Amino acid sequence: MTPISLEAMAAMVPDGALLALPPDNSLPSVALAKALIRRGARNLRLLGVPVAGFATDILIGAGCVAEVETSAVSLGEAGFAPRFTAAVKAGQIRMRDATCPAIHTMLQASEKGVPFMPLRGLLGSDILKHRPDWKVIPNPFAENGEDPIVLLPAKQPDFAMFHAVMADSKGNVWLGRKRECATIAHASKRTLVTVERVVEGDFLMDERLAPGAISATYVDAVAVAERGAHPVALLDEYGADPAYVSEYARMAKTEEGFAQWLDREVFTPKAMAAE
Amino acid sequence: MSMMKPEERLAVAIARLILDPKAPPARHVAVGAASPIPAAACFLVQKLGYPIRLSLLSRRTGNPFTEGTRELFDLTGQGRIDLFFLGGGQIDGQANLNLVGTGDWPGMGVRFPGSFGSAFMYMMVPRVILFREEHSPRVFVPKVDNISAPGVSPPGVFRRGHAQALVTGKCVFRFHPDRARFSLESLHPGETVESIRAATGFDFDVEGNIPTTPDATEQELALLRGPVCDEMLETYPEFCARVFNRKAAA
Repeated sequence: MTPISLEAMAAMVPDGALLALPPDNSLPSVALAKALIRRGARNLRLLGVPVAGFATDILIGAGCVAEVETSAVSLGEAGFAPRFTAAVKAGQIRMRDATCPAIHTMLQASEKGVPFMPLRGLLGSDILKHRPDWKVIPNPFAENGEDPIVLLPAKQPDFAMFHAVMADSKGNVWLGRKRECATIAHASKRTLVTVERVVEGDFLMDERLAPGAISATYVDAVAVAERGAHPVALLDEYGADPAYVSEYARMAKTEEGFAQWLDREVFTPKAMAAE
Repeated sequence: MSMMKPEERLAVAIARLILDPKAPPARHVAVGAASPIPAAACFLVQKLGYPIRLSLLSRRTGNPFTEGTRELFDLTGQGRIDLFFLGGGQIDGQANLNLVGTGDWPGMGVRFPGSFGSAFMYMMVPRVILFREEHSPRVFVPKVDNISAPGVSPPGVFRRGHAQALVTGKCVFRFHPDRARFSLESLHPGETVESIRAATGFDFDVEGNIPTTPDATEQELALLRGPVCDEMLETYPEFCARVFNRKAAA
């Protein structure tokens, strides 16, 4: 397995692609999001599994996104996601609201290769009312009454992208206990992973590492991006950088402030070298 | 011991609701990232000696889930999470929650972050404690603009439970799913039935004399400021600094 450059990885993602991203507590690749902005990606459709955060907000602000499907977009303690909020208000993006387990379930259906899966709850929610692609049927196994239940279609993203701690010589990647990322990889057509480092060996030969690994079967490309989750925490490797997120939240309140932030943190060669 | 902070009163009020013998048992409680006061209440219950399992979703070291939030929702689907906490940008008198936004769909007035797992959790856990510190007519409305999660469901719809109570910065309401209405349970110091009416957009029931929300005992305060804070420092650093005046080691 030969790692590719971050910019080469961003070039693999065509405009209009459906990208599945994990949330800010589960290995998002902020480095790849920044590289997609530098590449000038357009009309991306983002699937926040099951919610979205920092990476989604900067992609929206940079004009890379046409549609967001997720259950919430937020910067956590730093508050509302400013570019997302502004884009919804201005009608610049299509928002398809979901609820967390529905997103997991649609991916689990894809993982199994079945056309749909049922999910409890949701009945009576306006989320369901605004999802013509979700259907309600009577539970065919119910012994008494109708027992209405929601069916969700399988969802197959074009790409899963996340940031793992390490890859090995075989192209397996290791993500510790964040194994929900494996579901995203299993369900997606292709998987792009940035890592802190590449190590010799084969995680699947190590009984302790194998349960937290995604087999190279699913991994299409690996790029090294040190501190590639920053400002988000990465397992026990490094903590979050709340001051960086707060500053972003403040600057990104206006389009001008966001443009300044983008220039400084994404486009200047210094910022690129720091990644 | 120094004066009780409002957050400490709320944590103690929630702890008493958790221990309410009339409510379904709380063996396993899950707490989300945005809920430091409910988390403090759960740790307090633990430190008082009650054996509850507490799973903090956003805990960085020793996170209880090895398959992320997917595992939380699967556990809940099976009925293995007994209690959860929810809030809302708007909450109405039938306990409907709006976490999506005001105005036309999808929140063309004020857009909130989104529904998170509420449309599932509210119906799938045996009980939910609603919590919202801001007690104002813009939060507590007659009818939510958009329903993220419904307070009650028609007969025949699978649902394990409902809101037990709504804890606010001014009072505690009890929820009655049979009549889909709140009643006033207790008033925080300085509040009256009239002041609550003035700050609440929805109608609610008042039965008899309404007691004051009890103060924390010396033991509860000591536990909150000591061992409860110890447990919370890593996950809720800002809250611990603000309320308990304690900073995590760098």
